[in-house]
Amino acid sequence: MLFDLDRLTYRYEGVPAVDNLSLRIPEGSRVALLGANGSGKSTLLRLLGGLIFAQSGEILFRGEELSEVHLTDDSWAFPFRRSVGMVFQNPDVQLFNPTVFDEVAFGPLQMRWPKGQVRDAVGEILNQLRIGHLKDRVPHRLSGGEKKRVALASVLVLDPAVLLLDEPTAALDPRSQSEVIDLLVEWGGGAKSVITATHDLGDLEDIADHCFVLDSGQLVAEGRPQEILANTELLERTNLIHAHRHGHGSGRLHSHAHVHKDGA
Amino acid sequence: MSDVHVRSRGGFVENTLEGLHSAMERALYAETAASRTGLLQQLDPRVKVAGLFALILAAALSTKLWLIAALLVATVAMALVSAIPLRIIAARAWLGAFIFSGMIATPALFLTPGTALYGLPITLQGVRTAGFLVLRAEAAATLMLALVYTTPWMHVLKALRIFRVPVIFVVILGMTCRYILLLLQTAHEMFESRKSRTVNSISAADQRRMAIAGSGVLLGKTLHLSDEVYLAMQARGFRGEVCLLDDFRMRTADWCALGIFAVAAAAAIWAGR
Repeated sequence: MLFDLDRLTYRYEGVPAVDNLSLRIPEGSRVALLGANGSGKSTLLRLLGGLIFAQSGEILFRGEELSEVHLTDDSWAFPFRRSVGMVFQNPDVQLFNPTVFDEVAFGPLQMRWPKGQVRDAVGEILNQLRIGHLKDRVPHRLSGGEKKRVALASVLVLDPAVLLLDEPTAALDPRSQSEVIDLLVEWGGGAKSVITATHDLGDLEDIADHCFVLDSGQLVAEGRPQEILANTELLERTNLIHAHRHGHGSGRLHSHAHVHKDGA
Repeated sequence: MSDVHVRSRGGFVENTLEGLHSAMERALYAETAASRTGLLQQLDPRVKVAGLFALILAAALSTKLWLIAALLVATVAMALVSAIPLRIIAARAWLGAFIFSGMIATPALFLTPGTALYGLPITLQGVRTAGFLVLRAEAAATLMLALVYTTPWMHVLKALRIFRVPVIFVVILGMTCRYILLLLQTAHEMFESRKSRTVNSISAADQRRMAIAGSGVLLGKTLHLSDEVYLAMQARGFRGEVCLLDDFRMRTADWCALGIFAVAAAAAIWAGR
């Protein structure tokens, strides 16, 4: 089992963001964490990434406890960081180096890879993501789509076995959204684990084989994407779909809940 | 309508936006200047950190004004041949150092006992004491400017680690630099957003209220962003050590420069006793 969560609770200033949550994520699975804003999915990703630590409950990563104590030990922390990569929702927080090349090289250098290997790996991932021409640019002056690609490259360069993605297509134009999804679907030839936090149901069937639906930090449902998408009552209750008024040519208006596909 | 357009003085929001934009440009200027061709840019970062800090120490220990002035002149000469224009040195090192050290040194002019100067309520000894403080601050600020404008920031941090400066200190320095940039970016976005919603002119009292309310929000937002940056660094394996692709390599010129810095600093310390 890749991740095994047992009665996990995390509170921000007393308010539970993840509340008594238990779930299991097998190796090699593609999982979506679904939920509206404030449902706790981003907090859960940070917990899985070993960036914050729960006040109660535990997380096992490949059978070993994922704890602050373990992560202070280099012999545990380095293999974990090498295996688990995280792409943040806001690419700006991930871009803190003077050039794109330095940004992508940051992770491999922290892992103490030989410098020749770092240069080769960075060049390769930049070309793969078609951003080789940006290598000497200042990261925070790029467009939104370019920043997202650089943020992805900075994580994918380590070729992690597990990828944690927080709203990977948020604030991207439709073409960039589609390119990012294609990249993630093809990445690792399906042998990697990809855990995506999202409230965008349009690409759900492409990015996930299994979904966990969160509401107020609690797990309210799980299942295959088709099952979740078919459960309109669940999606409406968890604010993943909404109703609004529209007409169909007859001139009469009516309202019903619906799913936005392809960012429409 | 008149054909003549009188350029009015910008409002609070416009002026702030302009100021923030200039501040961001200044922050980025240092990285650009570090990649230029000049005397100090060609030296190994370790030599510059050790040499320039040794000169700061010499200026701090000196009890002779002429010696501190000579160190200042030598530093300006080094900066000029390292493609740092005099106006940059004046605006970004001298002005700030003069204002801050001047504020601290002013009471010494009046309070230090000694011979009155030209019948004024200040003493010769007071002027001397204030002169030491201001000149030392000016020399130290110029030496630091010469370091950061000729060395990429990450190289400075790595060199500090080589000299066994504690990890926590280096991390705080690195994060502070990032925090300032984030603060400027966030402030810029906040003021742009305010400008887009401002139609009529705002009274001075309202402008002050806006500034106070905005500064609190700004600090909170920037702190949050800064925390996120640190988490993103940790997620990619950051453990406090500065790791770079560039290897530091001492060449003959670096050894010579190190020798010159060492001799100059030792001579200044000896002469300034």
